[in-house]
Amino acid sequence: MTAIAQRASGRRRRSGRPGIWARLSRNHLAVVGLGIVAGMCVLALMTPLLPLADPNATDLAARLKRPFTDGHLLGTDQLGRDMLSRILWGARVSIAVGAVATIVAATIGSLIGIVAGFYGRWLDNTLMRGVDMLMAFPYMLLALAIVAALGPGLLNALFAIAIVNIPFFARSVRGVTISLVRLEYVDAARMSGLGNGRILFSEILPNVVPVIVVTMSTTLGWMILETAGLSFLGLGAQPPQADLGSMLGDGRKLAITAPHVATIPGLVILVLVIGINLLGDGIRDVLDPRLKSGALSRPRAMTEVAPAAMSQPERSAHSNAALALDRLSTEFRIGHDVYHATRDISFQVAPGECVGIVGESGSGKSVTAMSVLGLVPTPPGLIAGGQVVYQEENLLAAPLPRLQQVRGGQIAYVFQDPLTTLNPLYTVGDQIAETVERHQGLSRRDAWQRAVELMESVHIPDAAGRARAYPHELSGGMRQRIVIAMALANDPDVIIADEPTTALDVTIQAQVLKLLDELRRKHNAALVFITHDFGVVSEICDHVQVMYAGEVVESGRVQDVFERPLHPYTRRLMSCIPQLGRGRNPIAAIPGLPPAVNDLPPGCPFAPRCDVATAACTPRPISLAPHGEGREVRCIRPGESPA
Amino acid sequence: MLVYAGKRLLMTIPVLLGISIIVFLIMAMIPGDPVTAILGSYATPENAERLRDQLGLDRPLVEQYLIWLGNVLQGEFGRSYNLNRPVIDEVLERFGPTLLLAGTSLILCTIFGLLAGVVQAVRQYGWQDKLISLLVLIGISTPSFWLGIVLVLLFAVELGWFPASGMFAIYGGGGLGDLLHHLALPAFTLAVVATGVIARLTRLNMLEVLRQDYVRTARAKGMGERTVIMKHAFKNAAVNVVPVIGVQAGFVIGGAVYIETVFQWPGIGRMLVTAISTRDVLLVQGGVMVVAAAYVLFNLIADLVQHALDPRIST
Ligand code: SF4
Repeated sequence: MTAIAQRASGRRRRSGRPGIWARLSRNHLAVVGLGIVAGMCVLALMTPLLPLADPNATDLAARLKRPFTDGHLLGTDQLGRDMLSRILWGARVSIAVGAVATIVAATIGSLIGIVAGFYGRWLDNTLMRGVDMLMAFPYMLLALAIVAALGPGLLNALFAIAIVNIPFFARSVRGVTISLVRLEYVDAARMSGLGNGRILFSEILPNVVPVIVVTMSTTLGWMILETAGLSFLGLGAQPPQADLGSMLGDGRKLAITAPHVATIPGLVILVLVIGINLLGDGIRDVLDPRLKSGALSRPRAMTEVAPAAMSQPERSAHSNAALALDRLSTEFRIGHDVYHATRDISFQVAPGECVGIVGESGSGKSVTAMSVLGLVPTPPGLIAGGQVVYQEENLLAAPLPRLQQVRGGQIAYVFQDPLTTLNPLYTVGDQIAETVERHQGLSRRDAWQRAVELMESVHIPDAAGRARAYPHELSGGMRQRIVIAMALANDPDVIIADEPTTALDVTIQAQVLKLLDELRRKHNAALVFITHDFGVVSEICDHVQVMYAGEVVESGRVQDVFERPLHPYTRRLMSCIPQLGRGRNPIAAIPGLPPAVNDLPPGCPFAPRCDVATAACTPRPISLAPHGEGREVRCIRPGESPA
Repeated sequence: MLVYAGKRLLMTIPVLLGISIIVFLIMAMIPGDPVTAILGSYATPENAERLRDQLGLDRPLVEQYLIWLGNVLQGEFGRSYNLNRPVIDEVLERFGPTLLLAGTSLILCTIFGLLAGVVQAVRQYGWQDKLISLLVLIGISTPSFWLGIVLVLLFAVELGWFPASGMFAIYGGGGLGDLLHHLALPAFTLAVVATGVIARLTRLNMLEVLRQDYVRTARAKGMGERTVIMKHAFKNAAVNVVPVIGVQAGFVIGGAVYIETVFQWPGIGRMLVTAISTRDVLLVQGGVMVVAAAYVLFNLIADLVQHALDPRIST
């Protein structure tokens, strides 16, 4: 017991989030960006100390010298001034102006955002309408208008660019502030008599800072580009003052005779902004949890399958089964961790039969279902071993085109929550017709007709009309019927239903169960029914597999298991069945949590939560052993109850 | 749909009013006597007197605004003393070329941005994804005015493939072919940044959408990958990208100011830059007002497109 507890706490420590700097430094691109930005800033700061020519010393005799001429590494401009020196001094101005504009915009914008978000009501309304007005202008145009009013000049350009960037800060900061104000601890602070000012500074400001930093890192690049742009147009820096933009603008007129005068300052801006953007992306990845990389990997069209799972089955080993799983194991590989989501799952289901797979969430029951047709997302999923035998073929070894024939054709899925599993942008009729078209090669019109028939067969009233409805226009029960109609579309041999009734209320649940039961009898389809609810299993299934921590811990005929559960976990699950008049017992009625499947204990994974565990349970793995006719159990004390 | 379009059109009225207030206030920000600023070297006592009367400068600010708004609603933006013609004539004449340039760029960046983003998402972490990511990074970091100069040096001066500036050839110009030939470089230059922004957003949205349950459903139905990506994923991603294309229209119109300057394109952006340097304030005011109104219209269109794509948005 204590050993497990120690291991569990060790696990928690290992998965603790590393610091911001550690995470930023792991992003190589961000490090490159940081290098560029830091290098540029150091150069800009040191410019007055470097042995450079006077940037404003004209020498008409040495006009427009090409780069790499003696004494002028980057050549000279139209007045014979040293380009290297001018660029360094110009970059100094550009960086300073961009940075100051960013700070001004961040300060004013954040202030507006915090005040609007914190005080709300009319103040929020007035301020944000003003911000909306600023946003209603094309970005640069407003800056131009402001410069037009104030007159050209670097300071006015800075001011103009800062103003047009205020909305970005105001909006994002207001959003966060509002969500913070709703939090309880701010309420608590208010109750405890803290003044608004104190709350703003002690509770709100620290939490808003990351948002401000992220917004700064995205807008700094623009602001440098735009101030350079205004200078380029002759509306920013005025001679003799020069920044990179005004140098570019002056050089433009001689671009043909002396391209270096215009191109080099532009190149410097480009490199600087690339550095800023790389660094900014890195900062955003670290500070903005929505964008945490990795979280956004695209699942492939089919799950990756290890060679070990590709062997072909012995002939007639599962002759009377519609579908047979044989030692199926699926893993998730995340970083260096391997999560053994399911291990050695074996069962078969005959035509017209229903097999239930029961377990808590995280027990691996859905992964088992998804593995059958390679629908576990890869990355990170990998089918590590075993076979899925359909008509004497191991589907795990099938190439994608073959798999696509079987998917929705001979083997069909009914998923949980039909609101998210139906595409919101297409009519339900279209989504049913689509699969008919695909598998039966019918014309569009015939497929639509078939879709309407299918909808009628699952008892949807006014099917022809409803077919033209979008998913959000239908009720939950109706949507679930659509999903079932979709599964039936091509007369499948096997239907795999993954928690098809969980999202529904009790009466609709009963109707959907009845429907599924009726359909499997009518079509003689095999039904694999996945649920966490033992009560549902007892209503519809013939056999049951109880899963815990990725393994089958007990299997047998539903009647037998119900009469005498052998595994302590089964017994607990059954005590969670809702009973008339007592409402639903939440599944958490079993104390403790299932173990993380990347760090399984050597012995029985249920031991920490088991009320009949002994010392013999933990040292080595427990195997699934036959127990009476047609039953198996993974427990060394089957059928025992606590004293 | 029509009802929705009507409602949205009504909703632009307060936005346009807000814009007019800001444009008006910008005038009021002018330091010193606005009449002197507007007239500049044309400030004869009679001119000054007439203008002062016209603008109602001796009345309260609100009244001044209402007078101004009344004039604007009649298409009366005053007179450009530099050009010696009504502001509205000049603005409308310059608006066509800008619309052509910005519109072409917007089409380019929409097509290429969406395409690049989809390719990136589908080939996530592959070489295509990495290459496009690099191009996008460079694209959004490029000063477009610099890129314009470089492209002119390369494709106009060195290779002679495209003309360096203007909208039509000076001798024997005219015709659609000539126009497109002149349009190619500036339109491309202007599209670069927006293409990068749209590509990034498309990639992100596609990745997000490809993880959704309905994509898994489509695959579970046995749909081919092409259908899964182009029908089920792309349309959903597009619903989120379209409003950003509307916003990008603003950046493109703003960016046109640089591009028109570099390529000597006779549009409203170049007009504004000249007007600002010569302190032709009324011309700036008229130009900004008209372009901002056009932008509001652009956003309205983006909104309607989004509405057409997404049945969930209620009317
Ligand atoms: S093996 Fe031991 S710990 Fe595991 S369920 Fe059986 S009795 Fe409990």
